[in-house]
Amino acid sequence: MRQFFAFVAKEFRHIFRDRLTTAILLGLPILMLFLFGFAITTEVKNIRLAVYAPAPDDATRAIVDRLAANDYFILSRTLADPSQIQDVFARGEVGLAVVFSENFQEEMLHTGAAQVELIADGTDPNTAKTLVNYAQNIIAGYQQELLRDASVPFLIIPEVKLLYNPSMKGAYNFVPGVMGMILLLVCAMMTSISIAREKETGTMEVLLVSPVRPLQIILAKTVPYFVISVIDLATILLMAVYVLGVPIAGSLALLIGTALIYIFMSLALGILISSIANTQSTALLISGMAMMLPVIMLSGMIFPIETMPWPLQWLSQAVPAKWFIAAVRKIMIRGLDFESVRKELAVLSGMAVFLIAASLKRHRTRLE
Amino acid sequence: MPGIQAQNISKRWGALAAVDDVSFDAGPGQVFGILGPDGAGKTTLFRILTTLLLPDSGQAAVDDLDVRRDFRKIRSRVGYMPGRFSLYQDLTVEENLNFYASVFGTTIAENYHLIKDIYQQIEPFRDRRAGALSGGMKQKLALSCALIHKPAVLFLDEPTTGVDAVSRRELWEMLLKLRDQGLCIAVSTPYMDEAAMCDRVALMMQGRFMALDTPASITRGFKHRLLAIRGDRMPALLRELRALPGVLACHAFGDSHHVTVADDLDVAALARTLAESGHKGVEIAPVAPGIEDCFMALARDGGEAK
Repeated sequence: MRQFFAFVAKEFRHIFRDRLTTAILLGLPILMLFLFGFAITTEVKNIRLAVYAPAPDDATRAIVDRLAANDYFILSRTLADPSQIQDVFARGEVGLAVVFSENFQEEMLHTGAAQVELIADGTDPNTAKTLVNYAQNIIAGYQQELLRDASVPFLIIPEVKLLYNPSMKGAYNFVPGVMGMILLLVCAMMTSISIAREKETGTMEVLLVSPVRPLQIILAKTVPYFVISVIDLATILLMAVYVLGVPIAGSLALLIGTALIYIFMSLALGILISSIANTQSTALLISGMAMMLPVIMLSGMIFPIETMPWPLQWLSQAVPAKWFIAAVRKIMIRGLDFESVRKELAVLSGMAVFLIAASLKRHRTRLE
Repeated sequence: MPGIQAQNISKRWGALAAVDDVSFDAGPGQVFGILGPDGAGKTTLFRILTTLLLPDSGQAAVDDLDVRRDFRKIRSRVGYMPGRFSLYQDLTVEENLNFYASVFGTTIAENYHLIKDIYQQIEPFRDRRAGALSGGMKQKLALSCALIHKPAVLFLDEPTTGVDAVSRRELWEMLLKLRDQGLCIAVSTPYMDEAAMCDRVALMMQGRFMALDTPASITRGFKHRLLAIRGDRMPALLRELRALPGVLACHAFGDSHHVTVADDLDVAALARTLAESGHKGVEIAPVAPGIEDCFMALARDGGEAK
């Protein structure tokens, strides 16, 4: 037992002596949450708007006021000539242009065929689509108001409600994703690198020629990264609740339990990688390419799995982070109970058991 | 008998025989040296004896324990210093020693007397990180770490490679002291001049022991006439000597060339020939063969035998 503690103490020394690594390991969750929370955001806000109304009247003014009053848009240019539209887009001055037809109000009231053109920058189709949707909704809202005044007998007003995330915050989506990524990074990548380092520098050779069992060496390696990942988990949850305003809707104990299963799975994955990699750079490459990429691309963190072609959907079933993120979304955001995440937990536990068994089978008492 | 016994050890890597039918004994209180160039199979042999690799065939026992069956027991009774500097560079001198002491279930205080002579020399730097030590100090620390658990057999794989001349001598003095305390020490080295320090040496090449004896017996076994020849233009002299009839072999050896010649060669005639081809200041003297001469001769004969 004293041997084991000496090992664990040594591993902590390795980590804390390397100030940069320590800073990265403990600071990464904070950095990532800030990046995703405030910098890299898929929400559309404060888009500059250009308006061309050949003959401004009450109707065009009302629509422009409504657009500008919204959080999404800022009225930045009122154009005098349609030829300017090309220029303002080319210079990147605006994200959306609203072009009214001549005699807008008159046509609207009399012929019922007033025209308004919405022009958006299509280089980024997602943003363009979102912008146009917003603008359409605002214009439709204005129209409905007019119709209500005119007391038309039949009127369908759809009322949209977004369950679990009423304010459509991006944080609800990426907090589970960041958790899945950081825990895997700390556990699998750092564990595999630190074991590979012992092989690369030759210290593993000396340790093998000692009474210490290889299993003990490996287990001691995982302890510090387990501790760090638990600290990171706490950091992420605290920041999610108190900084990003994402409440933990479901059971905290269930959430932590799920995370622990995922942490054990990641540690086993790290050990397995280190049994293949003999150098730190190989370990980094394997964990980077084979783990981080699938987590980012195939876990549903950024791209929805449902819209992927079937081979990728099929492949995503094998990505542990996919199951973890799905479970966390259910527990943390939707507030569901154990019954509804049984499948995810079963898959994660199965993966953990398989990886632990595989990595134990591969660890050797000799060099070959 | 404690110590090391190896019988017909072989280990192949694919088509390459890394260790080829090697047998030897080394008892307590003995320094057994394995001399050979890089790639001779020294490290593979050490790894077999330290239970890191399994031999393909043959038997070996370390401290009366079988390297296959009793590998766990062997691991707590041997000290091993691999060829690469294998300490934790980011830990201090004292932390390294402390760590290895606890790995072997002991403490520095308990076995301080074993490493005192060696460790005292680096103790002033005990708070320095191992990575910041000089080559010689690193090896002293590594040796301290390998000795802290009072091993019965010590395996040192090229301990003097990359170490300055003074530290090399100091290291050998320590090894001889340890030997006198009854330790069995197996040491490998590419430096032929270190053979004289060993009680018995094996000359190893291409996985095989070409010779195995005391250093004195090995040099006595050199059957040819050996001359040391010096001149003004050494490289040209070497080329010319190799082309002469009666010269069997010629190697650069420090500040002279060691020339193996036929028994009936006329030294005076050789001097005349060299003078005629324009060499000045030529000195020719008979010289006693060293281990390196023997190694060269054996390597040459081995090559011809093939």
